[in-house]
Amino acid sequence: MINLLINDKKVTVEEGTTVLAAAKTLNINIPTLCNHDDLCVAGNCRVCVVEQTGARTLIASCATPAAEGMDIHTNTLKVRNARKHIVELLLSEHRSDCTKCYKNQNCELQSLANEFAFGDHIFLSLIEDHAINIDRSSPSFSKDDSKCIRCQRCVRTCSELQQVSAISVANKGAHQKISSFHDRPMSHVVCTNCGQCVNRCPTGALVEKTYIDQVWDAIYDPDKHVVVQTAPAVRVALGEDLGYDPGERVTGKMVTALKQLGFNSVLDTDFSADLTIMEEGTELLTRLKKALVDGDTKVSLPMFTSCSPGWIKFIEHKFPEFLPNLSTCKSPQQMFGALAKTYYAKKRNIDPSKIVSVSIMPCTAKKFEADRPEMRSSGYKDVDYVLTTRELAVMIKQAGLDFKNLEESNYDSIMGESTGAAVIFGATGGVMEAALRTAYEIVTGREVPFGNLNIIPVRGMEGVKEATIKIEGCVEAWKFLEGAELKVAIAHGLVNANKIMKMTREGRAPYHFVEIMACPGGCIGGGGQPIPTNVEIRKNRMKAIYSEDAHMVLRKSHDNPEVKAIYEEFLESPNSHKSHELLHTHYVERDDY
Amino acid sequence: MYQVGNLVRELSDKHGRVRESLMPILQGIVQKHNYLTDEAMVEVARELDISAAEVYGTASFYTFLETNVKGKYVIRVCKTITCSMKGKSDIIQTLEDILKIRVGETTTDRQFSLVETNCIGWCHKAPAILINEMPYTELTPEKVSAIIKDYMQK
Repeated sequence: MINLLINDKKVTVEEGTTVLAAAKTLNINIPTLCNHDDLCVAGNCRVCVVEQTGARTLIASCATPAAEGMDIHTNTLKVRNARKHIVELLLSEHRSDCTKCYKNQNCELQSLANEFAFGDHIFLSLIEDHAINIDRSSPSFSKDDSKCIRCQRCVRTCSELQQVSAISVANKGAHQKISSFHDRPMSHVVCTNCGQCVNRCPTGALVEKTYIDQVWDAIYDPDKHVVVQTAPAVRVALGEDLGYDPGERVTGKMVTALKQLGFNSVLDTDFSADLTIMEEGTELLTRLKKALVDGDTKVSLPMFTSCSPGWIKFIEHKFPEFLPNLSTCKSPQQMFGALAKTYYAKKRNIDPSKIVSVSIMPCTAKKFEADRPEMRSSGYKDVDYVLTTRELAVMIKQAGLDFKNLEESNYDSIMGESTGAAVIFGATGGVMEAALRTAYEIVTGREVPFGNLNIIPVRGMEGVKEATIKIEGCVEAWKFLEGAELKVAIAHGLVNANKIMKMTREGRAPYHFVEIMACPGGCIGGGGQPIPTNVEIRKNRMKAIYSEDAHMVLRKSHDNPEVKAIYEEFLESPNSHKSHELLHTHYVERDDY
Repeated sequence: MYQVGNLVRELSDKHGRVRESLMPILQGIVQKHNYLTDEAMVEVARELDISAAEVYGTASFYTFLETNVKGKYVIRVCKTITCSMKGKSDIIQTLEDILKIRVGETTTDRQFSLVETNCIGWCHKAPAILINEMPYTELTPEKVSAIIKDYMQK
């Protein structure tokens, strides 16, 4: 253990603890910018400098390990002046159009500037108006270099958490910038649109593409019928942007808020998540049957889940030879979209051309997914606008709703019914657990052999999880699986997806079924979720997801009455011709740079 | 444009397919072709299993690893203080007149590129230029125009 003094207070910390972390244990706040809990130390912004008695210069507290006998002062005049100049210098390279900026009031740089209460700047602005060049090529986010302070959180995110490195630091000195390969538009490089960089950018340099105005226009258009679907992970995180602590479930209030915003029908992506399980579970069992009974050697196993559009774009870029291994199922968002303008329109007797389909997602890649040319199987754009959790919070604030005091209400029908199996889609391992709850029962006629249906081995924050389920007591139709061991794996964060894919490429992946989510923790840690994020926050959201599941009456996808009804009335059976038309898709190979 | 696949593989075999080999591989390509095409950078990224953006990031940091089209002969004129005081501007003027290009440009026949560079260590014999790897020093407009005319004959 290491003993040191910070602002004359004694503190004892473990070896390797940084001065910044040591100060935090004393509730001493040191400002930071480039530092982020999820990322390695960078130490490049220098905002966190402190004074160490006896040291010649100020030290960066985020990058300095605490040492025995250190005497640290965090708030001397020297420190204050240095920090002030550092922030002023950062501002001289930052286009401070704060009142017009999307990140206004949600900007870490702005908060610091506010803290130091700058009057007139001492330093000249280095931003030349004519040189402002905003990359709006991606449907998911935009990149504005004139607001970038080169803290490199985005670069570290893309490299450490996602191992994609679509962006890197290019050039040097005054010309240094965060750049894609040869400064190509973000839509033309390996970027997966996952938005993890957007979630960690401390300024307005990386922000989601917002479609709030388009959605308001649709709501106020009397000719339009606006339906909205909400993803499972939104209900456990939206509260954070509206005054709640991480991990509060706000499902009922969110539904009320959406109704009050003026959506004509407030429906649930969980419905189509249940549907996904029926389709994907059947697809898996069909592939297993082909491989084991029919001896078809061309069946692609392991089968990979296809719910996460960031993951889909990743495999299209990096491992295209395994596209046949992807489940052909569309994501729940897109299944919902295809049904909204067909099944829903028919049942509710609404002209599909008058339907505007909106989704609320924890995700920026969903914006890209909705724009994919394949996603028009209803004859229209299946999902018209995708809003992130953050954008919904903005709309709720714009409408002046007193969110905390809203009554709770239930989703509308049809396509608003769901089960606990669908809710857990929002956490890593959730799709796997939901699929197992249903597939095991189809094959054996019994519930999965886990207490309260909680398949604990597939839950949790470990990067790659593995589980083996022994199948015993099969019903007649699935006798060929008797005694078989179903091997599954789960990965979250593309760095872990990469591990599984390399194993697969080298023939070392003994799995039948693999769930992959692009973001750390799964959708609860999505790029469209409230800022900030860290492991603790994601764990709280995850806990909330499982508690939401535990509180549901129905907890298995095949028990969803609306899912049963849609097969009876419309789709006939899982993987039917109609299902394939509306609920399944195909993938494209993309360049690897 | 040039074909680069085999060269990248040779260089990767020679230096090893690890991150530390990035610089020598890039230098090897530039030595042969004077600049890095996008295709070359992508090929290097594949060989080393790193991202193309990372290769570009490294290449763009170093002035001598050019990432845009360059001619067969890259003329680098030292722009730092000593050479400036000793008549660098006249040298550039002469070069621009002979080659009919400006600093930063390449002749249409892809023979010459003209760029400025930071100190190349010939302050005691300023003004100095490099043509590819060959230094020419204590230049005057007359000397430099004779040198370039020699190159034009090559």
